[in-house]
Amino acid sequence: MITSAIIPKPLARLPWRLIFLVATIAGFGLLVLYSAAGGSIHPWAVKQGVIFLAFLGIAIAMSWVSEASIKSIAFPLYGLTLIMLIGVEALGFVSKGAQRWLDLGPIRLQPSEFMKPAIVLTLARFYELVPAGDIRRWRAIWPALVLLGVPAFLILVQPDLGTCIMVVLCGVTVMFLAGLPWWVFVGPAAIVGVAAPIAYQMLHGYQRKRIDVFLDPESDPLGAGYHISQSKIAIGSGGIWGKGFLQGSQSHLDYLPEGHTDFVFATMAEEWGLVGGVLLILAFGAVIRWGMRVSANARTRFSQLAAAGLSATIFFYVAINLMMVMGLAPVVGVPLPLVSFGGSAVMTVMLCLGLLMALERQQRTVSTIG
Amino acid sequence: MKQRLTTVHQSLTFSRRMMLLGGGQAAIGSLLIGRMGWLAIAQNQKYQLLSESNRVQLIPVPPRRGWIIDRNGKPIAINRSSFRVDIIPQQLVDGPKVIAQLTSLLKLPPDEVERINRELSTSRGFQPVSVAETIPYEQYAAITVRLPELPGVSASRGFQRYYPGGSTVGQLVGYVGAASAAEYEKENKNPLLLIPGVKIGKEGLEQTMESTLRGVPGGQRVEVTARGKLVKELDPKPDRSGGTVQLTIDSDLHEYAARRIGDQSCSVVVLDVTNGDILAMPSMPSFDPNNFSDGISQNEWKMLSEDSHLPLVDKALESLYPSGSTIKPSMAMALLNAGIDRKQRVNCTGSYPLGNHVFHCDKRHGPVDMDAAVVHSCDIYFYEMCRRVGAEKLAPMVRSMGFGEKFDLPFDNQRYGTVPDPQWMMRKYHREWQTYDTINMSIGQGMVLINPLQLAVMASRLATGKRVVPRLLKNKPVVPQTQLAVDADHLNFIRNAMAGVVDHGTAAGAKLPIDGIQMAGKTGTAQTHRLSASERGNYTAANWKLRDHSLFMAFVPFNNPRYAAAAIVEHGGFGAAVAAPLIRDTLTYLYDKNKALQALNVFEQSIGGTLEERIARKTAAWRAANGLPPLDTKQA
Repeated sequence: MITSAIIPKPLARLPWRLIFLVATIAGFGLLVLYSAAGGSIHPWAVKQGVIFLAFLGIAIAMSWVSEASIKSIAFPLYGLTLIMLIGVEALGFVSKGAQRWLDLGPIRLQPSEFMKPAIVLTLARFYELVPAGDIRRWRAIWPALVLLGVPAFLILVQPDLGTCIMVVLCGVTVMFLAGLPWWVFVGPAAIVGVAAPIAYQMLHGYQRKRIDVFLDPESDPLGAGYHISQSKIAIGSGGIWGKGFLQGSQSHLDYLPEGHTDFVFATMAEEWGLVGGVLLILAFGAVIRWGMRVSANARTRFSQLAAAGLSATIFFYVAINLMMVMGLAPVVGVPLPLVSFGGSAVMTVMLCLGLLMALERQQRTVSTIG
Repeated sequence: MKQRLTTVHQSLTFSRRMMLLGGGQAAIGSLLIGRMGWLAIAQNQKYQLLSESNRVQLIPVPPRRGWIIDRNGKPIAINRSSFRVDIIPQQLVDGPKVIAQLTSLLKLPPDEVERINRELSTSRGFQPVSVAETIPYEQYAAITVRLPELPGVSASRGFQRYYPGGSTVGQLVGYVGAASAAEYEKENKNPLLLIPGVKIGKEGLEQTMESTLRGVPGGQRVEVTARGKLVKELDPKPDRSGGTVQLTIDSDLHEYAARRIGDQSCSVVVLDVTNGDILAMPSMPSFDPNNFSDGISQNEWKMLSEDSHLPLVDKALESLYPSGSTIKPSMAMALLNAGIDRKQRVNCTGSYPLGNHVFHCDKRHGPVDMDAAVVHSCDIYFYEMCRRVGAEKLAPMVRSMGFGEKFDLPFDNQRYGTVPDPQWMMRKYHREWQTYDTINMSIGQGMVLINPLQLAVMASRLATGKRVVPRLLKNKPVVPQTQLAVDADHLNFIRNAMAGVVDHGTAAGAKLPIDGIQMAGKTGTAQTHRLSASERGNYTAANWKLRDHSLFMAFVPFNNPRYAAAAIVEHGGFGAAVAAPLIRDTLTYLYDKNKALQALNVFEQSIGGTLEERIARKTAAWRAANGLPPLDTKQA
């Protein structure tokens, strides 16, 4: 927080450190996109910069929203998103094809993206309403499972495994922090362990292949394992200091597929090396830590759970993407927020950050009064 | 569960679980940093290598095959630029359709279509199948514009091996062809062998001199995108053309001898006795290596392999024949060495009984001394004298003259034959040497087997009295000629006797038509089957296969030898009748080309035209007999 006589108070009260951190990450991301396009601001860097600035503005504007307002929109937002998900499903059924977004004239809306913050807010709101004594009762568990399960199922059948996993993990994080008994988490984990081979049989061909290849990427280095192999080559060949800005051969010669979207980290690591990678990871770590501190300092149960859940959303984005890119997780199609090209991830992350900033402002406001 | 949970509890649980969550997040963060460190530091080298091999592609540039030239630098095997069309089986989508289209575009004969289909069915995916080589530019252009609708077809410019001598050099140089799957495996999957148009030696000198002729492929190092688009060219690795192989062959003489052979199944060898250089070594009939280099059709192959005159065999080195009477000068040397008086006479009555068998001479020579026995090729003289001396004293002399000897020549198909003796007989057939073995050996029959090169070497050694060693590669040092263990007087006598053979003996009809140059020689007639005297006299009645081989060896000039030559005409009949005139004309060519060419003209007219005309006629007749349509006369 900057305190100065010159800067007007509303501005000075913004969490500048966070904004600076996020802007640095996004700015670095623009450099990577500039390089990925072969040293050109088109077609990605400019577009991404505009999207980022727009959503940054929205996030900052959101920071003035009160906790009460957030609380009040939690359930309606969830309901609306769920309706949109069903709508997408119906549309896909009508047009006999997979469908993930709604075409609303100039913008394409991907409702599953909204579901990430929506599920966090909804569960936080739900557990705020559950009396402390009931937290280990069945009635504290089943509504949450339904609230989480229905959208998760709808996203899974889209099919969008990556987003489905993200939504489930976000919801489970909130449930975990709400204090549900351990067996709720350990039991299903055990069941998943047993049921995984069965579920594997039911996966789509391309999803199953991604898992096969994840388990043994070298088995098909030119086919389905190509993404992981080439990504590892890009990261590994970068070394400590990288090949230098605009010098990455893997991305510039198109060996690295999706070098500007899901595998943008590999594009970055090839040119900036281990140093660039570690700094980026630490920067994300600082953002997430900031969010977790908002949660830790929160006074109300809703803001505690919501802040932790929103931070976890950002964390899962980063963690799943990086594990995927480095060959530690199957390729499930989760972008690296603020760096990967594409509006959806920026939107979701900036929504989360906007909500976090709002919650943080409430804390400070309360603290100055109290 | 019965415990009462309060807000305080809840807040404690939350703090604890926040710690857990934060710890978990930090752990995953560390894992990611650790993983990245592992990839970027520990495995950096591996991935750097992979990244480089992604980025840089090496497009091999095949080297030009080295030339084979004759002793005067005249080309025997060279390269001509050509347009070619290939099929890459791996990329072929609709085989029958593509081949039908190619057939109409290139006007492929049915023979070729059949070959292509056969090669396609046996080829491995990577191995290109040649569709057509040396196509005219118009056809090349026609294919090139249609390439998008012909998946798996590739049209390119390349080099085609060309042998100006055609079939006359077939057995000498061998031929080249695309590498087979086995050859590809044998060379550790050398990627060069997969490039369409790259030919390797398959036979003869092309094969044995492969390491010199092939050269070193260059590489165009290029940076390419994952889609194969060329980004930029990096520093190229230049290719190195194959080395030139210079032979001791005089290609004009070689071709002359080959043409002079006519329709016979025959091989001629001409040596320079001063250094052993092989000046000519045709084996006819032969295959045309030009036809082999773009893949031979099944019918062409069938015709060659069915031919009774064995065009696929190098008769100069691979075929073995009884030496017949050509062994007699060496036998005479052995007799003189063993102390036989050359004036002593043997009475030839035309037959020579031994035990219950009677050996014959071709006529009654009456009393003959050694000189007459050589000049008129009397068998009875040699039966008697050799029996007196014994095989142990004969075989070493014959061997020292070159029979049975191995020569270091760049061919892997040489056969060396046999000069028998009692030890050899025991080793090989586990029986005692008998007198009749000596009798047989004395006139070069029985177990004696030689190849035409050995016969020419014998002529050169008799001519010089030195150990002449044949040489084919110009860059190989001349083997120093050591003196043979023979008496100069004996040698002189034999040379005069051999001159007598041509002057007034069995080869009197084969005198050189050149003033002042006299040839010395010895005829030979090697029996292959027992024929009655009347059958022998009337060759037209006898099956060609049953006739005697006709042999002749010679050197010129008899008083100061410079060249030695030998010819073996398979089933040619009497030695003096066929082989001797052939050698006469061939050696004439060395002294008077015009005279020799006139003789060749007369000869070729008598047998129905030039070599090319006769081959074309023979092919047409064979195709007609086998119910095949006549070939296009495109070679004309």
